[in-house]
Amino acid sequence: MTKKIRDTPMLDELENGPWPSFVTGLKRLANDESKPHADMMKDLLGQLEHSYETRKGFWKGGTVGVYGYGGGVIPRFSEVAEDYPDSKEFHTLRIQPPAGMHYDTATLRKMCDIWEKHGSGLIALHGQSGDIMFQGCSTENVQPAFDELNENGFDMGGAGPALRTSMSCVGHARCEQSCYDEVRAHRMIINDLIDEMHRPALPYKFKFKFSGCPNDCVNAIHRADMAVIGTWADEIQIDQDEVKLYLEDVGRKYFTESVQMNCPTNAISLNDDDTMEIDDSSCVRCMHCINVMNKALSPGKDKGVTICLGGKRSLKIGDLMGSVIIPFMRLNTDEDYERLLTLAQDTVDFFAENALEHERIGETIDRIGLVNYLDAVGLDIDPNMIAHPRTNSYVKTDGWDEEAAKWFARKDDQATEAAE
Amino acid sequence: MSEMREPIESGVPDPFPLMHPTLKANYGNWSWHDRPRPGVLHHVAHSGDEVWTVRAGTPRQLDTFAIRELCDIGDKFADGHVRFTTRSNIEYMVSDETKVAPLIEALEAATYPVGGTGNSVSTISHTQGWLHCDIPGTDASGVVKSLMDELMHEFKNEEMPNRVRLTTSCCQINCGGQGDIAINIQHTKPPLINHDLVANTCERPSVVARCPVAAIRPALVNGKPSLEVDEKKCMCCGACYPPCPPMQINDPEYTKLAVFVGGKHSNARSKPTFHKLVAAGIPNNAPRWPEAAEVVKTILRVYKEDARDWERVGEWIERVGWPRFFELTNLPFTKYHIDDWRGARGSFNASTHVRM
Repeated sequence: MTKKIRDTPMLDELENGPWPSFVTGLKRLANDESKPHADMMKDLLGQLEHSYETRKGFWKGGTVGVYGYGGGVIPRFSEVAEDYPDSKEFHTLRIQPPAGMHYDTATLRKMCDIWEKHGSGLIALHGQSGDIMFQGCSTENVQPAFDELNENGFDMGGAGPALRTSMSCVGHARCEQSCYDEVRAHRMIINDLIDEMHRPALPYKFKFKFSGCPNDCVNAIHRADMAVIGTWADEIQIDQDEVKLYLEDVGRKYFTESVQMNCPTNAISLNDDDTMEIDDSSCVRCMHCINVMNKALSPGKDKGVTICLGGKRSLKIGDLMGSVIIPFMRLNTDEDYERLLTLAQDTVDFFAENALEHERIGETIDRIGLVNYLDAVGLDIDPNMIAHPRTNSYVKTDGWDEEAAKWFARKDDQATEAAE
Repeated sequence: MSEMREPIESGVPDPFPLMHPTLKANYGNWSWHDRPRPGVLHHVAHSGDEVWTVRAGTPRQLDTFAIRELCDIGDKFADGHVRFTTRSNIEYMVSDETKVAPLIEALEAATYPVGGTGNSVSTISHTQGWLHCDIPGTDASGVVKSLMDELMHEFKNEEMPNRVRLTTSCCQINCGGQGDIAINIQHTKPPLINHDLVANTCERPSVVARCPVAAIRPALVNGKPSLEVDEKKCMCCGACYPPCPPMQINDPEYTKLAVFVGGKHSNARSKPTFHKLVAAGIPNNAPRWPEAAEVVKTILRVYKEDARDWERVGEWIERVGWPRFFELTNLPFTKYHIDDWRGARGSFNASTHVRM
């Protein structure tokens, strides 16, 4: 006999209104009797309605995985399985997306075929770490589902105290503001460190995110332990003909109020002949003028990345914003990308060795001081790393002369390099 | 049982075989873009190639019917390629401008709204909630659906001073992330402890270590090893609940919603910022959360009316000041807005700059 869907009056309310409804999707899966997931999704709807009625969640974790890996499956066992037996196991497989989240329809259809054979038919595109989340799988089907996804070119993502799945913006694929090859950096770092994702052995999670410019469309600076954000070292490129066309279009007043006055360092001026001038030595590469006048202005030609470390949300010590550890790293040659990879490896090693259990690297640095991290991975200090120097006197400056000598020696080296 | 299969440790999939051919051909070689209408981006490459992108909102939790329907549209109008944004919008790329209008028509006919570009309110980035999470205080999918129903006009039009990024989170861990406006869970009572289960379920020292205010200590309760909470110290963050489920933090009445504003990850103009608490005590009122929607809509209305071009929510408040924000939104200013966590002094007004 066909199993019936329970009444779901509260969820039904979420089928009203113009935005596409996830409840309608859940019901379609529950009503498709030709698929093995129909009964599972009927009980899933029942449990979800029960949550809406009681305002409580009813999933608990556990241990479920696939052969060869120590993480990536999020186990979910129902605490109310007596009432909703067919969704008593409803595990998620976190699967890494292609860099930039590009798909062809054949791949998505293949995923649908696999997931309606082994799972619930419910797929989240994408989770907050970027994973494709195949939501709703019995314990026994986790392995065959993963095997098929894996045979089709997809690999498990991260969970627990491990390297996590990463994200990169659309970048080079469709954005004129992109300052480095995000796909290359993303795949190079994550695939090199993949063992840390699949066999969790870090003190806590570690996230990389890759944004092509300071607009930071994947929200790297808030959320990534290491944020790799595109930028440039030379002058903003100006097409003065396009500037004139822009001015004709919006007028000087709008230009003054919306472009010039929004420059955070007052680096923009408009000449008497309606050409635009930028004081690039004052420019902080914020992107505002380029965003607003993207046909007339583009990032410079000497491109690379700024790297920030330590971003995370509240737990445990409060929110931390990623802060600069590399003001500018050029990313053109194979050697440049190799240098980025080495920094990523060294930083993850540093984290593995020095962080306390359940401590993110931003908290470690808060605890031990930024300079200790920089020393450990061999990075030079730079005034771009701070908003301002310390305001207190609580520091022993007995090595001042040596440190000052190091600074001048570095400046001399840089001058020699620049001259060559 | 058959022999176990070794995984192919292939890592991040290579996107190039999946990428739209025009994107692939012009990789790293784009020149400029504009937006012919809300929901549509038009990019021009140095080669002269052009591509139009049509962006549509999705509910993120997609069933196979929806995915196949979106694929059908992609096959018919967009050369069989799609991509997703970080906010779960789907994007179709076409290299022929005449395909844009029929593509939009097909998406709208299938109820996927076209929008979310430029200075609009884009899809709310969100978390799992009651559908799948083990510690949720609410259901993100439901909150998002309810809010987006009300914000449809702002999704489909670019009428805001700058882009607006909304997020929701089902617990105070805030997996939804920072936003111009964030709708997050805020617990108001300490955890209710089931002392019969603690000893067998929880690794007690690590639960003690997890508490940000050192309010948890080991205790013997009814002869059993358990944990107790100093309820005067506890600020109800729920950090103890994931490692120790018998410390139930969720409550149908006392788990509330809070609204934070002014988070921004872009470096444009001002440095990136964290969002700040502006409203709390909002009932967790499934299935439609009307009280939360009212607060969000009020803030959006005032921002839309009062902010200057290109000001994000946080930048607008920075200019007009917090007194004016609370006045314009008619939200109450309370003692809970004044930070008392570490670094709180940095949020005090250490000046005579006051707004009258």
